[in-house]
Amino acid sequence: MPVILVTDFLIFLLLILASSYVFYVCKRPLLRAPWADVLKNRVGAISFTVLMFYIFIAVLDSMHFHPRISSSQEKKVVYSNEITSVFDVIASHLRTSTEKTYSAPLSAYQYSKEAAEVSNENSHRDYPRLKYGGRHLTNPNKEIVSDVFSKILKGILIAAVFWIVLLMLITFFYAHKKSSSFYAQIQQIFFSKQNRSLPTILITILVLMIITCVAVQLSFSYHVFGTDKVGQDVFYQALKSIRTGIIIGTVTTLVMLPFAITLGIMAGYFGGRVDDIIQYIYTTLNSVPGVLLIAAAILMLHVYMGNNPEQFTNITERADLRLLFLCMILGITSWTGLCRLLRGESLKLRETEYIVAAKALGVRSFVIIFRHLLPNVMHIVLITIVLDFSGLVLAEAVLSYVNIGVDPTTHSWGNMINSARLEMAREPVVWWSLSASLFFMFVLVLFANLFSDVVRDVFDPRAKKHE
Amino acid sequence: MNKNVLDVRDLQVGFMNKEELDIVINNISFSIQPGQTFALLGESGSGKSITALSIMRLLSDTAKVISGEILSSGTNLLHLTEKEMREVRGKKIGMIFQEPMTSLNPVMTIGKQITESILSKHKMNAEDAKEKSLDLLDAVGIRNPRRIINEYPHQLSGGMKQRVMISIALSSNPQLLIADEPTTSLDVTIQAQVLKLLQDLQNKLGMSILFITHDLSVANSVADSVAVMRDGKIIEKNSKNSFFAAPKHPYSKELFLALPDVSKRGEFLGKISNRASTNIFSTYKNIDTNSKLLEVNDLKVYFPINSGFLNRRKNVVKAVDGVSFTLSKGETLAVVGESGCGKTTTGKGILQLETVTSGSVKYDGQELTKSTDSKLRTLRSKLQIVFQDPFASLNPRMTIGKIIEEGITAQEPQVESTEKKERTINLIENVGLHASHYLRYPHEFSGGQRQRIAIARALAVNPRLIICDEPTSSLDVSVQAQILNLLKELQDKLGLSYLFITHNLAVVSYIAHKIAVMYEGKIVEYGDAETILARPQSAYTKKLLAAVPKL
Amino acid sequence: MYAVPILIGINLLTFVLFFVVNSPDEIARLHLGDKYVTEVQINAWKHDRGYDKPLLINTDESGMDVVTETIFFDKSVRLFVFDFGVSDSGRNIGYDIKQRMWPSLAIAIPSLIMGLLINISFALLIAFFRATYIDYWGVIFCVALMSISSLFYIIGGQFLVGKLLQIVPISGYDYGLSSIKFLVLPILISAIYGIGAGTRWYRTLFLEEISKDYVRTARAKGLSEKYILFHHVLRNALIPILTGVVAILPLLFLGSLITESFFSIPGLGSYTIDAIQRQDFAIVRSMVFLGAVLYIIGLILTDISYTFADPRLRLK
Repeated sequence: MPVILVTDFLIFLLLILASSYVFYVCKRPLLRAPWADVLKNRVGAISFTVLMFYIFIAVLDSMHFHPRISSSQEKKVVYSNEITSVFDVIASHLRTSTEKTYSAPLSAYQYSKEAAEVSNENSHRDYPRLKYGGRHLTNPNKEIVSDVFSKILKGILIAAVFWIVLLMLITFFYAHKKSSSFYAQIQQIFFSKQNRSLPTILITILVLMIITCVAVQLSFSYHVFGTDKVGQDVFYQALKSIRTGIIIGTVTTLVMLPFAITLGIMAGYFGGRVDDIIQYIYTTLNSVPGVLLIAAAILMLHVYMGNNPEQFTNITERADLRLLFLCMILGITSWTGLCRLLRGESLKLRETEYIVAAKALGVRSFVIIFRHLLPNVMHIVLITIVLDFSGLVLAEAVLSYVNIGVDPTTHSWGNMINSARLEMAREPVVWWSLSASLFFMFVLVLFANLFSDVVRDVFDPRAKKHE
Repeated sequence: MNKNVLDVRDLQVGFMNKEELDIVINNISFSIQPGQTFALLGESGSGKSITALSIMRLLSDTAKVISGEILSSGTNLLHLTEKEMREVRGKKIGMIFQEPMTSLNPVMTIGKQITESILSKHKMNAEDAKEKSLDLLDAVGIRNPRRIINEYPHQLSGGMKQRVMISIALSSNPQLLIADEPTTSLDVTIQAQVLKLLQDLQNKLGMSILFITHDLSVANSVADSVAVMRDGKIIEKNSKNSFFAAPKHPYSKELFLALPDVSKRGEFLGKISNRASTNIFSTYKNIDTNSKLLEVNDLKVYFPINSGFLNRRKNVVKAVDGVSFTLSKGETLAVVGESGCGKTTTGKGILQLETVTSGSVKYDGQELTKSTDSKLRTLRSKLQIVFQDPFASLNPRMTIGKIIEEGITAQEPQVESTEKKERTINLIENVGLHASHYLRYPHEFSGGQRQRIAIARALAVNPRLIICDEPTSSLDVSVQAQILNLLKELQDKLGLSYLFITHNLAVVSYIAHKIAVMYEGKIVEYGDAETILARPQSAYTKKLLAAVPKL
Repeated sequence: MYAVPILIGINLLTFVLFFVVNSPDEIARLHLGDKYVTEVQINAWKHDRGYDKPLLINTDESGMDVVTETIFFDKSVRLFVFDFGVSDSGRNIGYDIKQRMWPSLAIAIPSLIMGLLINISFALLIAFFRATYIDYWGVIFCVALMSISSLFYIIGGQFLVGKLLQIVPISGYDYGLSSIKFLVLPILISAIYGIGAGTRWYRTLFLEEISKDYVRTARAKGLSEKYILFHHVLRNALIPILTGVVAILPLLFLGSLITESFFSIPGLGSYTIDAIQRQDFAIVRSMVFLGAVLYIIGLILTDISYTFADPRLRLK
């Protein structure tokens, strides 16, 4: 039975908006050209593919449902109260393979010693074997290296197979569309000088697939990134946190855009009193240090939730609501930047000849704004959206550390870092939880930043003047 | 043997454009002798500026000198190392640019900028350098050098800034001064002063000048030799007198024919005419002198500066200070003046695109300044405007068709889309473009074509009066001729009236029926065009007409 | 000037935020902890802290007291005279602020200066070698640095220095000269954290200036690229750089919330974080107000510094 959480709904809404934007762009050559340039840029193509990969995982994780409890006797179908997602189903082997406590990556042994009952006299402390990790090995110390190696090779092979199938499909599709031969098509894809976007994307997909398949292969027999204090697989946690990161980066923008665009354009175009009022609003809002405002808001939510526990029954829904609230607060506190930029640009464009000409033709103000102003400031909006994404993902980590981020039960990199921080002080050091979360976050933020750089270079008309 | 200050031989320069090489200078050769002024004439895109930058080796990184030699007193500049070239720049060859406003460092005092170039080439102490800079400023005709030395560029006028630029270029007594359109952005009177200054300096210092310009009359007034460039090639090279007496190449001849001039009134530009048959009065035949289409009375547009927190009006800029005139049907009134005289603001004020402080603007008897918003909107179809900058006057994200239809949609919302499209295509063809252009975007068109589109947009709402705000000032001479011809044709066919705002007296002498000369927000002379041009009354008008370089 | 209405607006905002969403009763309940707390205890707690008055208008009193004997006046308006009052746990907030602002400054100012020097130098270097491999990889390096979470720098730095190298202590604080050994790590880490974004931004500024006309004139004078970079480009680019620095100068007082927390520095930042985690509304309220005041001072200073730095604005 499918369940749609509020954040799920928003993610799908965004997907629909994004797809309609893609359709819109495809029809207009003016917009299609710069986006094609973004993909033609090697860095742009690679970043785009990596981001799509992350988004894919996030979407998989957003399709929630109540799993069916199979009951042999009754004919009635019963659903558990628990909420799982499609991703959980795929990764169920990771979810259920919980150990007792810490274990290092790719290890067959627990990280801490335990008293093992050997015989009545000596209880001898040793590293016990893990329940799931490396359980197929009889003599781990000798076999582990070769086993891991063989699994890696297997993973690469599987990835290669999948990739070749993908390549075939794409080549056939293009060959059919352009009515050329298969061989010629392959040549064209890989060796044509002009459009490098497709081969770059394909090679990136290959690399990603190799990494994924290797990781998946290993994950069936080992804990790829080890386990945390309560024995949960770290790899699983890191992957689940992807959804949280993506939601914070995107939903926040969804909340912030309407405010920023309407107020910014109105302030710049109409000037006068309207401008003064809007400037007052955003200066006031900006004066309060962002962190404090968010903290205050979350605090309020805390108190409210604490005093009205009846309204929040399901844990997952409650955590989800808190995530949503965080996005909203982040959105409300961050619209001022874009607003100011749009105000400046609108002020400038207001005096441009084609807008004055429209006024001279008798076109009404609101029509002028929609037809002339908005399309010509969209590039600023676009650049800001992509730019802010990475900042928001990083911010979540910091906020969660200070306990004003997401709910502690939600999987997020911030929470992982928070709980992992104390592990650094242990002897010996437990480094894998921290590294995994930082690594996954770093990859997402890095490629988001690189992507936003390429987008900015392509869409900023000023940058073109330098040529 | 080689006494030439500059020898350019078979120069070829190209730009790298994504793996391909675009050739912009295609085998040019010329020489400049000592003490000579060599004018390089050409329209935009001809490659004249690139030539100058190539000589100084100041081209951008994407440019490549493919072949050829550039000899300066025998040394091939292209073979020098960058360090050696830096010795040449500023010392043997100096350069001044077109835009004095942006060519000086805004946060450095004038004095520092001059002494910087002195000290980089000569070993001196600071005091001597300062003295030398004062001398230089004096030599370029700046009256208060001691005060100017401590001022910043933005505090100086355009003419003064260009003089400063010249003084910097002259600081090391170069053999050759390259001047890239140095007076193009200056007012006509200032231009005359700067041109005279350059000539005086040349006579005194014996230096050569490579003068780059698109203006035939300017070339005539300064040059000893002339070369015409087109598409990266020199198509004609001659001494000044021979060239101006009898240009040989058809393109050169076209350039002359395209020049607007008082002698061409009543005809289309670019066509060889039979002068004798021009009847002076034929140019006035379509004017209905009884109609008062536009009546402007004591128009004032004041802008407050810095109204302050307590809203005290500190100062006002009196952009338009009491302007009055009338315009009849089918008539062209030219509003002439230099920059800052208020002519553009007058145009915008008439259309109520600027807030009018006081005065009356009556269209066909109806008072525009007091009309309600909705009344004004309907009246707008009768008064349209065409702007100066063809690149900024069209929304880059709209197709031509949509741009032209916008007016129809706003003024006649009941018109069906098929009829709208038909009318639009008609208009496109009427301004000399092709029906297939309906679906194209502005960036696919040249400057001249964009102005045509702007005119079509204005015509779409069937106006009676079009305000043309410097519509041809950013266009090449040949393109300007086409646009002027188009405007003339439309006036003859549709009986349009024009309020033609410009600073170009040649254009005025060609198309105007009436002239209003503006200075500091006021009209200093107003009346029939031919009368004013032949016998100007006001001192300012006389000064203006005297400053225009003649052919 | 218009600072006053803004401050009033902020006060209203925080007031709404704190009191309208959760009534004083609920706040009291939260602090007293139990579910079985009595009415009497609640009222006593509220009375102690002045929360027992009506929110905005007190109809029981008369005259001026109608407005003044309210929570709004008592708490929020008093902030205007910097009377921060007493925290929910009983300490004098004003005193605490005065005490804790010095450690915050001790970290913020040196790291700002260090960061500025490093960023400008790197950016100049990259701009000098523009369009070469140094430029390309330099930018990617900066982007990579920017993409690393600040938490990594802090935790990694602490780990590296504290555990492995053991040069300086990783956290804590002392007063006087011995504080230096506690400050080294946070200052270093703050400066390094800012390299990525700072260098990129300055590089953009420098490149923008380099493409301007006056640089072309300078080249035509025969000046070397290095000279042009230092004497022309830098001077122009410093205007936006310095005004940007001036804008955030006042906010340095607040310190970096995260850094202080991790390094256990008793500055204003950790003060705030602790208050948030302890849900001490009085402190949070005061800090919000203080932050706002400092921000506005920053805005005013920016305007003033722009006027001083740019001769185009200074001289008409």
